[in-house]
Amino acid sequence: MSLSAPVAAEPQPVRVAGSYRRMATLFFANRLAVTGLVILAALLVFCFLGPLIHHTDQTHTNLSAANLSPGTGGHLLGTDDVGHDVLGRLMIGGQTSLEIGVAAGLLATLIGTVWGAISGYAGGWLDALMMRVVDAGIAIPALFLLLVTATILRPTVGVQILIIGCVSWLVPARLVRAEALSLRSRDYVQAMKAMGGSHRRAVFRHIIPNAIGTVVVNATFQVADAILLIAYVSFLGLGVPPPKTDWGGMLSKGISYTYDGYWWLIFPAGVAIVLVVCAFNAIGDGLRDSFEVRLEGR
Amino acid sequence: MTRFLLKRIGQAVVVIFFVTVIVFLLLHSVPGGPAHGILGPKASPQAIAEFNREHGFDKSLVQQYWAYLNELFHGDLGESYTLNQSVASLIGQRIPKTLVLTGLSTLVALAVAIPLGVWQARRRKGLADYAVTTVVFVGYATPVFFLALVLVIVFTQKTQLLPPQAPQTQSIAGLFADSRALILPVLAGAIATIAAFSRYMRSAVLDNLAEDYVRTARAKGASERRVVWLHIMRNSLTPIVAMLGYYLPVLFSGALVIESVFNYPGMGLLFWNAAQTSDYPILLGAVLVIALATVIGSLLADIVQALIDPRVRGTIK
Repeated sequence: MSLSAPVAAEPQPVRVAGSYRRMATLFFANRLAVTGLVILAALLVFCFLGPLIHHTDQTHTNLSAANLSPGTGGHLLGTDDVGHDVLGRLMIGGQTSLEIGVAAGLLATLIGTVWGAISGYAGGWLDALMMRVVDAGIAIPALFLLLVTATILRPTVGVQILIIGCVSWLVPARLVRAEALSLRSRDYVQAMKAMGGSHRRAVFRHIIPNAIGTVVVNATFQVADAILLIAYVSFLGLGVPPPKTDWGGMLSKGISYTYDGYWWLIFPAGVAIVLVVCAFNAIGDGLRDSFEVRLEGR
Repeated sequence: MTRFLLKRIGQAVVVIFFVTVIVFLLLHSVPGGPAHGILGPKASPQAIAEFNREHGFDKSLVQQYWAYLNELFHGDLGESYTLNQSVASLIGQRIPKTLVLTGLSTLVALAVAIPLGVWQARRRKGLADYAVTTVVFVGYATPVFFLALVLVIVFTQKTQLLPPQAPQTQSIAGLFADSRALILPVLAGAIATIAAFSRYMRSAVLDNLAEDYVRTARAKGASERRVVWLHIMRNSLTPIVAMLGYYLPVLFSGALVIESVFNYPGMGLLFWNAAQTSDYPILLGAVLVIALATVIGSLLADIVQALIDPRVRGTIK
């Protein structure tokens, strides 16, 4: 044992690096995942670099140029009911959707990971109690809770991120807890505790890093869900206040003009939401598949 | 089985306790409190103090929570700020209509998704499977409101086949009397859930295809049709039952959006209107009712699953 240990320890880092490289290879061999990555990159460029090329005024209204159809007056996608250029609006609306979605998705993942890791590691009555809180949270649909809080607080970008993050951490909490339950009885966690390691160290240095696959995969799905959630809230009229907007809010304004046939107020924003959610889900699927294969290789 | 039942019901009671705490705390964080809501935003400080003393809002948080629980037990959800009616009766009037909407959409969704999932699983990794998977993938990412709008544009604006608005009526019979107007809301709800349901069904059938009992049935000479549609199908329905219980919050969220798009007179529309007027007793009453329905729904789903599936029953301690 004492002789073989250093020998076995040596190739360890090489194998880890190799397994990540293998994971990347697998991910990039997954056509769906790569398509998702390309779509996401294209959307990011469109939303954040687009306004540098396509200059539009998105703060002042211009009612004389309202509801122009696409192509007129140099507006590639027409204008909305207060004269904003729709193409430019799609860019700044996308910025809001993506910023809120990514930040809220990450915040939810962070809260859920810590909650789930502590719950699973603790076990016993504390675990049972913490999981019942999660059950209670799951029973209250996030959309309803968001509408209630949106009427209490003014829904700025920061507030939206905080609230969505605080209502959608329940799924990652469950997933990470399941991992933590199996990880806490592993030898290395037991050994660390026998050497006098603290609970905090066990959770943050051993449980969470070893559940990172689940966490990363789930984070991409969380972002997709957060983008959908923010779109729903805005569509129902309680999104970020004007002149800011997001894709759901754009669609919400477009609904009043359905019968005028102003399709450019509905379809660009709708398709953008579908595209970005598909992209994140595809990336998540790809990551999950490559993580699974990596773990099988162990 | 009895131990499982008791444990599961005990869990549900604890969950319901947490739900009432969350809703109570939300109700408590409402700006201005109930005094502002009922007396109006310009009420004098004396009137507010008087109101608070009269209704016990000057007591400690724990005492107030206890009073709140007591009211709940008597079916009292408070009074609406704007509609001059008790929240319980408002929700009671609206909830059957929402159940009609979600029930019909779920039935349509299951009628499509179950055969679709089976069909896909049998053609796994074939061209048809990939094609349907792609459609389902996009469907899963499509917000219900966008879907509803596309349906409105196609069926009422472009072709004028169907009315754009849900039946405007007080009674359940009225809903069915105007059944043409019911088609679009139900369709929107159904399409939105078919994606998730068929995905579940597909993987449940795939799991079952690898089971021993399938090989046995085949070895005994059962026709492929019989094996798939009788044996596998029945066993694959168990996870679907379990999923339905946990899917209630999603169904209610869908109803909220669909009711606001089609002006369908259910609980979702009541909630949406209450959000516009900051009518907190309605908002939080509805949240509570939905949460209770979800907790009870998933409890029932777990029990039904244990009853119909001997394998699940076997693992219960």
